[in-house]
Amino acid sequence: MIKMLSGNEAVARGAWEAGVAVASAYPGTPSTEILENLARYPNVYAEWAPNEKVAVDVAIGAAYAGKRAMAAMKHVGLNVAADSFMYVALTGAEAGLVIISADDPQMHSSQNEQDNRTFAKFARIPCLEPSDSQEAKDMTIAAFGLSERFDTPVLLRLTTRICHSSGAVELGERIDLPAQVKKYPRNQAKYVMVPANALLRHPLVEQRQKAIAEMAETFPYNRIERGGQLLGIITNGVAYQYAREVFPTASILRLGMSWPLPEKMIRQFAASVERLVVVEELDPFIEEAVRLMGIAVEGKSIFPIVGELDPRLVRESAVNAGLLPASAHVPLPDVDTGPLPARPPVLCPGCPHRSTFYILSKLKVPVNGDIGCYGLGLPTLGGNVILTIGCMGAGIGVAHGAAKAGSSEHHVAVVGDSTFFHTGIPALINVVYNRAPVVTVILDNRITGMTGHQENPGTGRTLQGQETFEIEFEPLVRALGVKHVKTVAAFEMDEIEATLKEYIKLDEPSVLITREPCALLPEGRKKWLPLAVIGEKCNGCALCFRVGCPAILKSEELDEHYQRPKALIDAGVCTGCEVCAQICPRDAITFRPVQEPVEG
Amino acid sequence: MNDTINFLLVGVGGQGTILASDLLVNVGLVAGYQAKQAEVHGMSQRGGSVVSHVRWGKLVYSPLIGAGEVDVYLAFEKLEALRHLNKVRPGALVLVSLETIMPVSLTTSDQSYPEDVKVRAAVAKATSRAMYIDAAGMAAGLGNPHVANVIMLGALSKAMEKQSLTDGRLSPDIWLKAVAERVPARYIELNQKAFLAGREIS
Repeated sequence: MIKMLSGNEAVARGAWEAGVAVASAYPGTPSTEILENLARYPNVYAEWAPNEKVAVDVAIGAAYAGKRAMAAMKHVGLNVAADSFMYVALTGAEAGLVIISADDPQMHSSQNEQDNRTFAKFARIPCLEPSDSQEAKDMTIAAFGLSERFDTPVLLRLTTRICHSSGAVELGERIDLPAQVKKYPRNQAKYVMVPANALLRHPLVEQRQKAIAEMAETFPYNRIERGGQLLGIITNGVAYQYAREVFPTASILRLGMSWPLPEKMIRQFAASVERLVVVEELDPFIEEAVRLMGIAVEGKSIFPIVGELDPRLVRESAVNAGLLPASAHVPLPDVDTGPLPARPPVLCPGCPHRSTFYILSKLKVPVNGDIGCYGLGLPTLGGNVILTIGCMGAGIGVAHGAAKAGSSEHHVAVVGDSTFFHTGIPALINVVYNRAPVVTVILDNRITGMTGHQENPGTGRTLQGQETFEIEFEPLVRALGVKHVKTVAAFEMDEIEATLKEYIKLDEPSVLITREPCALLPEGRKKWLPLAVIGEKCNGCALCFRVGCPAILKSEELDEHYQRPKALIDAGVCTGCEVCAQICPRDAITFRPVQEPVEG
Repeated sequence: MNDTINFLLVGVGGQGTILASDLLVNVGLVAGYQAKQAEVHGMSQRGGSVVSHVRWGKLVYSPLIGAGEVDVYLAFEKLEALRHLNKVRPGALVLVSLETIMPVSLTTSDQSYPEDVKVRAAVAKATSRAMYIDAAGMAAGLGNPHVANVIMLGALSKAMEKQSLTDGRLSPDIWLKAVAERVPARYIELNQKAFLAGREIS
């Protein structure tokens, strides 16, 4: 049977067909749909872990226990999981173990565009890179096989354009693996990584890498597609598709395994062509390895090191470098639209974070942010609320450090519910332990929002829909030793403002929890009830524009006195959160009627 | 037809751009083409720009269409129509829904939303094969603003037949079947009606 699948759906299918028993992940674009899809297959245990390190440890435990296992994450998740990734590279496991890194060239939804092939080299484990959805499925299955054959974890590296592109995939059956669990291994020399044992494991890992490199010479996903002799292209991943399209007559060496490299194959290929060029996204990873072999090769001198490639970039770069004739240039239409209004992603109408950000902007305190929907507040909301965003869980530690440096301002950290579980908790422990007057605001919207509504330890449900214990923030935070803690409904703006004003005067740690479900959750949608501007009261002061809500528009009607546009609410998208109504100085925006809202 | 047909679909998160491209890629597959689709998920429901690439052909390598190689440009919103217009092949088939969705950036800046004449003038410089469709108005007439995307697909299916962009293997039935397979059961009839309404646009 043939089905259109995205790369992520294909990886999930491949893992299932390969008999994966346990999979753990933390959501992150562009990887999220892998576990979401796998969770729907029968006879698979799939879970959201609080962070990527835990996810990798879980997969390792399952593979030690003799079951095929995997962990999936976005590229920066592997930074969090690196400690575990590195020890399991030494230990190997009892069954196939695949770690999936979904990289994000161009940073469509990420804070950097690190190239995680380097992690495979660093850990001396194989790195597989599919070029389309069919291969995403096939190479997931191959990864489990390689893992068991060489007793090594395997890094399956995807990129956004593999994860989120769809193509036809031939579906197969699930292989039959024994259901019973083997006895947990009593093999401390292999699995207890104290120095004496780890020292003995290291040479084995070096030998293993040599053996894998030898196998790479005949690995079916490394292949030469013979064309002319003038130009030879070495390429990998989605870049292969661009190269295939742009250089129809060139010879191509497609590397499905980008680490370790098949040296003999590369040498033979290089010797068979006059000019050798590597087409790869981001780092000159293959290019440098080929050059280290003493082979003359070009790559990043022709193609950009920054951002993702696409067929046009490859084509135009090739024309500029004389790899293609000038006639290969593709003309663009002669249109000049001039500067256009931007349409960046913003906080949605009804977002429960908006009220808190608005108040923080009024208080003019330095706010250290976090990864998630909070970044969507940046283009609007007066612009200058969040001063730093680094990575998940960073804001609390950064605020602590700024306070310890003697900053005269009172530092605030904002963090989401899921990110607080991810890496926020140790940072808050540090604030308490080392006594900094940091105000931490936990924006609890009852879900992992940015990645499209995934359950987390605070929601009371698991990835596979089971009810579970719902961790409450207030008792948790109190148990860590924070004395000043308050939970406030996220749209109670007066109470949030009063609490923050009180907390920024304290010389002790404090935590404000704002709580309200994401407006896009089904229970949130049921409460939607649009508000309206009372035209005769509005004088166009523009204060409500500053909350950055997509539902608030400039009306064509001008205020008679000031000659400035009045506000208008788009009833099609307004949810009735009342943030604008609460800040309007002229009471020109309606509040919800007091009776129960109508369903719909 | 050409060896490949490249479709670029652009719109605003929430307009059903991704659903339309899902339908389009499935139609291509059922019609016997190799078909690929690419988009970026994650930020789309939050009112940002959405761009989706769909390619049909005998043999399709890249999921992305290079700028200058878009054969069919389907814009669900006027500002977005302008934003990506410089990626079309000169002379491409262009369908623009006359819907206006104001970006939040306008309330905090002095910029204004482009006027219809500006949109039409820019499109006219890129191609003489353009259609402007009041898809939102038609959708409202059918009782559901969310079917504007399927109305656009209906118009596209007719325009592709007229312009011989396919080799005759695409019947309206293939499209209607794709709609039935993709939308929830209770919305199938409405969406099929919307598709057929789109085909009536001249």
